[in-house]
Amino acid sequence: MLRIVLALVAGSLFGTGLMLSGMTDTTKVQGWLDIFGSWDPTLAFVMGGALLPMALAWRLIEGRKPAAGGSFPAPPQTELDRRLIIGSVLFGAGWGLAGLCPGPAMASLSYNGWQGALFLAAMACGMVAAPRLSRHLDRRAAKA
Amino acid sequence: METDWIQGFAGGMLIGLGGAVYLFGNGRIMGASGILGGLLDGSGRNSAAERLAFIAGVIFMPLLVGLLAGTPATYASSNPIVLISAGLLVGVGTRMANGCTSGHGVCGISRLSLRGITATGVYMLAGILTLAVLRQILGMI
Repeated sequence: MLRIVLALVAGSLFGTGLMLSGMTDTTKVQGWLDIFGSWDPTLAFVMGGALLPMALAWRLIEGRKPAAGGSFPAPPQTELDRRLIIGSVLFGAGWGLAGLCPGPAMASLSYNGWQGALFLAAMACGMVAAPRLSRHLDRRAAKA
Repeated sequence: METDWIQGFAGGMLIGLGGAVYLFGNGRIMGASGILGGLLDGSGRNSAAERLAFIAGVIFMPLLVGLLAGTPATYASSNPIVLISAGLLVGVGTRMANGCTSGHGVCGISRLSLRGITATGVYMLAGILTLAVLRQILGMI
């Protein structure tokens, strides 16, 4: 039960932060990426604001246990594989194209009209198809 | 607007606070694409309840705040082809790369993860190129 309450609290903070910060405003997101046009630096402040509590959190978990049981994540992997790079290229292209990424797409569902709902539905389809596409990619790489 | 950066910073702090709660409380990395994707493809079956609770918070708290304080402008494209292709790219890409702006970006960079920093550099570069070509050169978006 504690896990569920804490997940709800975390999601509520995350969603409200996305809404307040401008991450659901596609002109701000595309403005951040549009460095050859009218560049908008707002996202740098969003990232800065988000990194502070998280960097502190990573330091403070040393020698502790999660409040709701279990264990903390293992140290990060260091391997830069094909999936990471190709996946990030695809993601970045879609992010630039519509100005929405997964968190804001969910957070703005209640106020982003049919446009936001259509994007979210397509994103969900992509997520369902992704494991198959990843395996296909791995097979082709193994053959080459 | 001149206050955009203050709102951006304050909103960013809430995002980071959400990530800190999820880490301290549940011992998990707060990644939007991983939490939703694991639910959709079945790989997160064992933690479905907490994933659903997280997503409920992400969707319904902005709804509540919006009812009380009004919603921000969004300006999403009204071209279905743009929305569908962008959605598919974001869905496939984030699951293939195992993370998005929250998981690789916020949670990865803050622990100096090489994969997180690399992914963030690559998807930002891909986004910059997309805007450069489709907006500045072709004038399409």
